[in-house]
Amino acid sequence: MAARSVAGADMSGDDRLRVRRPVRVRALATAAALTLVAPMAACASGDDGGVPTINLYYPPEENFQQVVDRCNAEANGRYRIANRVLPREADEQRVQMVRRLAAEDTGMDVLGLDVTWTQEFAGANWILEWTGQDRAEAEEGTLEGPLDTARYEDKLYAAPKHTNVQLLWYRKDLVPEPPASWDEMISTAQRLKEEGQPYQVLATGAQYEGLVVLYNSLVASAGGNILNADGTESVVDEGAVRALEALRHLATSGVTSPSFSNATEDPMRLEFQAGNGAFQINWPFVYPAMQEANPELAENVAWARVPGVESGTPSRMTIGGINLAVSRFSPHPEESFAAAKCLRNAENQKFSAINDGVPPTIERVFDDPEMDEAYPMKDAILATLREPAVRPLTPAYQSISTVTSAILSPPAAIDPQATADELRDAVADALDSKGVLP
Amino acid sequence: MSERTSKLSINATPAGADVTADEADPRTGGQHATVPAQRANRRRRPPLSENKRAERKLGWLLCAPAALVMVAVTGYPILYSVWLSLQRFDLRFPDEREFVGLENYITVLTNEFWWTAFGVTMLITVVTVAVELVLGMGLALVMHRTLVGRGIVRTAALIPYGIVTVVAAFSWRYAWTPGTGYLANLFSDGAPLTERASSLAIIMLAEIWKTTPFMALLLMAGLALVPEDLLKAASTDGATGWQRFTKVMLPVMKPAILVALLFRTLDAFRVFDNIYVLTSGANETSSVSMIAYNNLIRGLNLGIGSTMSVLIFITVAIIAFIFVKLFGTAAPGSDDGERR
Repeated sequence: MAARSVAGADMSGDDRLRVRRPVRVRALATAAALTLVAPMAACASGDDGGVPTINLYYPPEENFQQVVDRCNAEANGRYRIANRVLPREADEQRVQMVRRLAAEDTGMDVLGLDVTWTQEFAGANWILEWTGQDRAEAEEGTLEGPLDTARYEDKLYAAPKHTNVQLLWYRKDLVPEPPASWDEMISTAQRLKEEGQPYQVLATGAQYEGLVVLYNSLVASAGGNILNADGTESVVDEGAVRALEALRHLATSGVTSPSFSNATEDPMRLEFQAGNGAFQINWPFVYPAMQEANPELAENVAWARVPGVESGTPSRMTIGGINLAVSRFSPHPEESFAAAKCLRNAENQKFSAINDGVPPTIERVFDDPEMDEAYPMKDAILATLREPAVRPLTPAYQSISTVTSAILSPPAAIDPQATADELRDAVADALDSKGVLP
Repeated sequence: MSERTSKLSINATPAGADVTADEADPRTGGQHATVPAQRANRRRRPPLSENKRAERKLGWLLCAPAALVMVAVTGYPILYSVWLSLQRFDLRFPDEREFVGLENYITVLTNEFWWTAFGVTMLITVVTVAVELVLGMGLALVMHRTLVGRGIVRTAALIPYGIVTVVAAFSWRYAWTPGTGYLANLFSDGAPLTERASSLAIIMLAEIWKTTPFMALLLMAGLALVPEDLLKAASTDGATGWQRFTKVMLPVMKPAILVALLFRTLDAFRVFDNIYVLTSGANETSSVSMIAYNNLIRGLNLGIGSTMSVLIFITVAIIAFIFVKLFGTAAPGSDDGERR
């Protein structure tokens, strides 16, 4: 502004002045322009006196800043991680990253991706493959299930930071031994109901990702598949039909909560905490929450692996968690890989596991004695994690999930064979980019 | 989006209203002698002088840059989305991008999700616009006739329209959430936003609450055009209040009503924010804009998403066309003008 008005005055001035003035005017204009541009340049390159800034986009996690600080100290001036916290809702996290990556935004370096987005981002060519030493370090000692979620077309595209898995939480005062199969769990609940005891089986039945997680676990437990091994074709086989039967059985046997078709994780936890449930299939966060909110009830709660669909065959539960990936548009890929490795190293995984309740992906971290107190259920978690189920590994997962939850909802209305046929076609359409999302 | 068009439409009203004044006047027996003269002028069009022509040329030149920018800003995205809609273009499968002709249109037009959303959108459009018209007319009459505290009445009536839609939608959402909300506990024991019928009712209620003032504002502009003398004459001739309303006010206001209806219909057809906040499309409450957003932004399927955008664009164009064709020629002024 200032520079412009000076220049304007100059133009209306006489010729003699014009000869002398431009130098000063130009200097002023240059100075003004520089002061305007300088911060932008700094912002664009992210350089601060030669130390590259690594922009980390990560979902909210209470004590994660401490991990970032530790890595910054360890980096010793090689890079500086700036922790940009993503929105709380998973959908909004994904939409923000997707929108910016589609526009080739260079302001994102390391991305905290939900395990189900990794193939999508890799398929879209938005994240870099992990190779050589980086890959070896990311794979070393890491559980196979979480690693599977980070692979696409046999290449590694991310490093698993933490994982998670659902367990069966049951009232040991009502049910001394955990049920051996899905049907036994339901019949036990029916018996409790007749006896007038708390009987509900709480599971995620609302039309959202949680229902897909439940269904995917049942499919894997029944030995079925939704996609072929390469993730390129829709199969929805016998096991998937069997899983539909199991889901309908639960929904129609009168043992679910009245709000089963709207149940999501947290309301479910509250319902169990209030003493209405005998069984709950939920993530480990419910345990510390219950110890705080209802310590008396927590005394009577035990945990086990979720029962399998057939008795004798253990269940395979769907794993969740976060993978760290490096954006293709990052100006500092080398430092980004180093930062990602630091954020997920064994020591930091232990810190996050204890302070933020996110189970580690590096197996030996579970053996650490400090883990015992924070994870009394760690054996059940580890046993489940060693035989996990992963959600369909395809870039089209988001679409598959949306149509699957729509088709399965409400679970009481499932007609196993017909629903399976509908699902098979819808999944095939999603893989061909023909799937219309509701 | 809707805010912007709404502002445009406010600007557009006086222009439409001017025409009304012109054409309604002959019915009053040529109150202003200048009016027929103007009309005659318009018909004859004497040749322009050299000076006038140069001036007009300059005028065109001066507004050309702005017009060109407008065409580029609106034309390019429209053409680009038409182009996208003819391809298989999924950001997740960049290698599979190919030209598929009208295949995406077949996919969308044979899909039940699309038609459900279309039905929902139509229902919301018809119900909200009808209710808004009635309520808006009442509010306009009140605002027009208020003698005391005119400013306060008008300001109070316009408050809902001044609140950002998303903010208002959030307050509706919390009001209808059991536990935190006063309305949910008052009217039901369940969670009304988890069932389809009640969700749709709440979405429509939020829409009506929000845009009735806008409707009233447009209609009030129409009311201002009804000459007092005409109403007095009618009442001297023994017309009842209702007759004055239907036989005098409505015909004179018709073009203003048409403008209000057109803008509200187009706006309502593109309903997005309220649904996004209140239900995010759960339980089959998605509108067409919502489903297009889901496929474009969440699904990253540019082909299918653009197809939906183009279909919405076409539907909106058809609605506008129908309005202008059917109701445009039925405007009272033109009819009567022909007969005399």
